[in-house]
Amino acid sequence: MKLLTHNLLTSHVRGVGPRGFPLRLQATEVRINPVEFNPDFVARMIPKVEWAALREAANTLQLGEVPTEPVEGYERDEAFLRKMHHVLLEVDVLEGTLQCPESGRLFPISRGIPNMLLNDDETES
Amino acid sequence: MAAPRRPAEESVVGRIAVDIRHQSNLKLSKTEKKYLRKQNKARNTLLRHEGIEPVAHATQSLVIANGGLGNGVSRKQLLPVLQGCGSVDSLLMPPNKPYSFVTYATTEEARKAYAVLHGKEIVADLGQKIILYLNFVEKARWKALGPHGLPPGLLVVEEIISSEDERLLLESVNWAEDADNKNCQKSLKHRRVKHFGYEFHYENNNVDKDKPLPGGLPDICERILEKWLKEGYIKHKPDQLTVNQYEPGHGIPAHIDTHSAFEDEIVSLSLGSEIVMDFKHPDGVLVQVMLPRRSLLVMTGESRYLWTHGITPRKFDTVHASEHYRSGIITSDIGNLTLSKRGVRTSFTFRKVRRTPCNCNYSLVCDSQRKEKPPSFPESDKEASRLEQEYVHRVYEEIAGHFSSTRHTPWPCIVEFLKALPSGSVVADIGCGNGKYLGINKELYMIGCDRSENLVAICRERQFQAFVGDALAVPVRSGSCDACISIAVIHHLATAERRVAAIQELVRLLRPGGTALIYVWAMEQEYNNQKSKYLRGNRISRGAQEELTSATSAEGLLVEQMRGEACQDSASSVPSVNHVQEGGISSELPIHTNRTSFQSQDVLVPWHLKRNTGKDKASVSFGSTEPQNPGPICHRYYHVFCGGELEAACQTLGNVSILKSYYDQGNWCVILQKS
Repeated sequence: MKLLTHNLLTSHVRGVGPRGFPLRLQATEVRINPVEFNPDFVARMIPKVEWAALREAANTLQLGEVPTEPVEGYERDEAFLRKMHHVLLEVDVLEGTLQCPESGRLFPISRGIPNMLLNDDETES
Repeated sequence: MAAPRRPAEESVVGRIAVDIRHQSNLKLSKTEKKYLRKQNKARNTLLRHEGIEPVAHATQSLVIANGGLGNGVSRKQLLPVLQGCGSVDSLLMPPNKPYSFVTYATTEEARKAYAVLHGKEIVADLGQKIILYLNFVEKARWKALGPHGLPPGLLVVEEIISSEDERLLLESVNWAEDADNKNCQKSLKHRRVKHFGYEFHYENNNVDKDKPLPGGLPDICERILEKWLKEGYIKHKPDQLTVNQYEPGHGIPAHIDTHSAFEDEIVSLSLGSEIVMDFKHPDGVLVQVMLPRRSLLVMTGESRYLWTHGITPRKFDTVHASEHYRSGIITSDIGNLTLSKRGVRTSFTFRKVRRTPCNCNYSLVCDSQRKEKPPSFPESDKEASRLEQEYVHRVYEEIAGHFSSTRHTPWPCIVEFLKALPSGSVVADIGCGNGKYLGINKELYMIGCDRSENLVAICRERQFQAFVGDALAVPVRSGSCDACISIAVIHHLATAERRVAAIQELVRLLRPGGTALIYVWAMEQEYNNQKSKYLRGNRISRGAQEELTSATSAEGLLVEQMRGEACQDSASSVPSVNHVQEGGISSELPIHTNRTSFQSQDVLVPWHLKRNTGKDKASVSFGSTEPQNPGPICHRYYHVFCGGELEAACQTLGNVSILKSYYDQGNWCVILQKS
């Protein structure tokens, strides 16, 4: 699971609504997968990212400091884009958990795959 | 007794015969000329129907209408007649067809044959007079059926007993009415039958295992069975014997012997006369097997559990002409087929009564493994959820490997949608399957979600971002996606509310202005007078075929099995597996016949699982049978959509507009935009 994917995922346990985001990430195995750098693509991703959630995830994985917000004129800031490229697209969480910040429900990540399935009683309205 | 079955064409050909008789009357009245024209038209229609195109000029080859195996004319009879006109290169006689093809060494000889034989009367094997009529064709051509071997697990051992033993066995059965009828002799519609050891009850297609018949098997069987055991043709000593006697024209409906009644091995001895037995696989493959006189048919494994067997009631069989092809399959080598007149055949079928439930690998056709009750149309959300759990989620998990191996080719309109999205779009594929759309456009950030862990694992192996989740509770934050696709997903939800909820969930993921593409399977498999590829089946491109083999035919089997079992001996009362209960109580879901039009919107669609493909977790060793061993049949629940239904479902949501709706190869499709 890339951190950009983590940034899109949320808990959907019944009743938590938007408070199910962001999922707390715990990783026991992380791999770096080199991905070809495409500055335009990364620049287009930046505004779609929930920045605080990304910062938190990057901190958890000790990927080095991510600025509190995208730097001014980031579209042309290659150093920044390269760093974000690495954080968003190259870091791959293989084993670990995602935890719902509201209900505490844990979702496993195994072989790079988050399993977000709930039981019937967790989703019924 | 039923009349032997004849091809439907016969009536047409029969009338043509009449016309030629008229022709020979030399002077034709006006009405007769009109009649002749009409008949010519009928002939042409017939030929066109069969894909045979007569030509106006002389060639080396002729099609001989009425001179066919299906018309009671044998090779032995026809060949000398043809050779009277010249040297015959080949005579092709397709099985069950009322015509044949002859090719002469020269056009001159063919021209002579046309002059001499056109309108000539011959007497067919059944004694009826037949008028041949001929037409030149460019090439004697016949589309041969694919070569099929014997069904796996099937064996025919020739000359297993001596003529002397044959006589003794036949004499051991006293067909004169038993006073006490201890062997439960019955005269069924199409044959006489007698039971030894245990009586087979046709009412429930089983034996009463606690009530052996007095006297056991005939004494003479003991020695013969011991010999077969010693020689390894059988592994278990049978304790039940059914003797059937078939007169010419008799038969037995296609059936599978009840799994729970008898052990794996079933053997049948043919006495008195040979016969052709039809074996049919649920996929529709038909293998005709010649059982020579005094041969032993051994059915084990797949041939015993999955294939139906039966004997078509008729007086002639189409068999190989040459002597060295005695037993085995009747191939479509139509240069070597002729007719064999049936004699009285008595079969001794030996079985061993089963004492434990059957645990074969063919659970769909296994009465021991049959589910309590076929699923019903869901009446509540909870029932719907349970139905989906059992007939969608669990099945995809089971068939994931095989399913994925049939899903390579992305559909063009979906590719077009994805390629048209702006670079840098975030796109969710909800119900992504094996991820075949996740890598279509490298300029997108695509994530895939599917219920099946096995399918998501395949996505992951392909380096795609995917997670396990449910289409009704997608674990993706609201408004995060520029586009979504939902391909062949919503038709798996079992109530209208759940289908709308799935669309709503898709829309929730979209940012305002974002678009969603939805595909669902259509009730209408024919649209604008065009059949979908699903129906057209065999005429489609390879790519599409992979996509569409979703459901290799398996249905029909249950019906067929029940026909064989439940109807004793006639095919008259065919119980349907998809009967509707009375009184408005929930009804059982019908099982769809693959590659046919849908008869109901809520159906179970069979998937014939082939093991040992790809990442199939369930791939296990299958014992004795061959690598191409078909596995069990799984059923997936579908709600197929009627025209307009998908749009109506979308319109119940307030915050979307339909940008486009269309029909694409048997699917209803919409592109939505979130406002």
